[in-house]
Amino acid sequence: MIQRRSFLHTSAAISLLGLGACATTASIPAKAKVVVIGGGYGGATAAKYVRLLSEYKIDVVMIEPNYNFVSCPISNLVIGGSKQLADLTTPYSGLSSNHGVTVVRDTVTSIDPSKKTVTLSQGQSVAYDKLIVSPGIDLNFASIEGLKAASESGQILQAWKAGAETVALRKQLEAMPDGGTYAIAIPLAPYRCPPGPYERASQVAWYFKNKKPKSKVLILDANPDVTSKGPLFKAVWANDYKGILEYRGNHKTVAVDARTNTVKFDVQDDVTATVLNVLPAMRAGQIALQAGLANQANNNWCGVNYVTFESTAAKDIHVLGDSIQIAPGMPKSGHMANSQAKVCATAVVAQLSGWEVNAAPMLTNTCYSFVDDKRVVHVASVHQIGQFDGRTTFVTVPGSGGVTAAATGATELEGVYAMNWAKNIWADTLS
Amino acid sequence: MKKQTIWTILTVSVLALHTIPAAAQDATTINLKSLAATCANCHGTNGKAFEGSAVVTLAGLPKNYIVTQMKAFASGQRPATIMHQLAKGYSDTQIEQIASYFAAQKK
Repeated sequence: MIQRRSFLHTSAAISLLGLGACATTASIPAKAKVVVIGGGYGGATAAKYVRLLSEYKIDVVMIEPNYNFVSCPISNLVIGGSKQLADLTTPYSGLSSNHGVTVVRDTVTSIDPSKKTVTLSQGQSVAYDKLIVSPGIDLNFASIEGLKAASESGQILQAWKAGAETVALRKQLEAMPDGGTYAIAIPLAPYRCPPGPYERASQVAWYFKNKKPKSKVLILDANPDVTSKGPLFKAVWANDYKGILEYRGNHKTVAVDARTNTVKFDVQDDVTATVLNVLPAMRAGQIALQAGLANQANNNWCGVNYVTFESTAAKDIHVLGDSIQIAPGMPKSGHMANSQAKVCATAVVAQLSGWEVNAAPMLTNTCYSFVDDKRVVHVASVHQIGQFDGRTTFVTVPGSGGVTAAATGATELEGVYAMNWAKNIWADTLS
Repeated sequence: MKKQTIWTILTVSVLALHTIPAAAQDATTINLKSLAATCANCHGTNGKAFEGSAVVTLAGLPKNYIVTQMKAFASGQRPATIMHQLAKGYSDTQIEQIASYFAAQKK
């Protein structure tokens, strides 16, 4: 672990130096067969697998504004205090050195689907034959009155994209006097990482139980009940965090008052807390919204053909990960984005090679949640192409999938598997 | 009959992969790689997990061993935390294909 950590630090430092040194000279290709927007679980995996599956014949440019990949899965442990951000940080250099992906540290400001080009922040444009858009989520601050200003001032955080804000939220909890209250407000589903808020609440409860035993955790959920692994979380809360953690469903946040640190709901009474963690409604990432790819669910999410992940709004543009309109039983998760990316990469390589596209792709999802520093519960599923409501989509394979057995509940064995899952998927995505 | 066709294609493509990789690339081989890649999230790219991983490396395991274990997971004969739920998501044909693929990978 120590070795890995110092390795991460070293490589992070090297990549910082490297990028700093070549930032002015980095040549951005004028054209690539495949351009990928976003280096998260979806985009990075797609970039790597287009290279792998084409036996390195198809050139790939990946455009990502961050120096390093910081994993959302496991980031709740930074908030609980048992992990550091460096433990979940991986440089992008593996994609370039091991697979020849051209990684451009920049932001795409616009997409022109007719000219088949993307424009970067400094005005350069890159042409593509196929564009893969994997921008994650956009937090819709307009859905909660007062939240944008309270978030920008650093007072009411979200920390729903792992990074500096994850550490800032941890610092707020460390600074909170014992006897205070941490409250997390959850939007209506669908949102990124269904069990994420409940895992985070458990992490904070674990920290309070050990370090600030007079403090409380309050979950204010817009949904009527826990949206993922409900019985498993509730068993842990009743056994381990009784008197510390309280769950309240049907609490849809409509406004925050930063002056008094108060949350207001559509129906229920106001709640004031010491540390507020308010998650607004979510929608497809900015560039997907701006390019008109979000054509589903009141233009919040991007419709795709699930066999290829090609957008239903624009030809030769594929959309992956948290930005898409989900199929039945499909969560917005990092593992799912990695799985989708492989299906998409296979389709893109086939299309660019003039081959028939695989009509029967498969997806898996495995999602682990830590309820303290060691013990974990999971949900897993396997998905195949099928019919639902008269549409061709992904459906779960009958009889497959499930959650941690109620009889065992959260275990340390699953905690070991969860950390091993993390290291293997980080390597599968980035190395 | 159908199974046999798939088998023939599979045998040919797996052999081809390891003798003349450049020429072997076609829709069938990338679809096979893509199917096997559904295991890679947990077991590593091409079935190679990191050294010391508690999630096993599948690359280089004997084909029959992988098939037997997947069926034992699915039937409940081999107890598991999660693999019994995932194993039930794959058909017998898919399990055979995946097992052949990983058996042919270098450790």
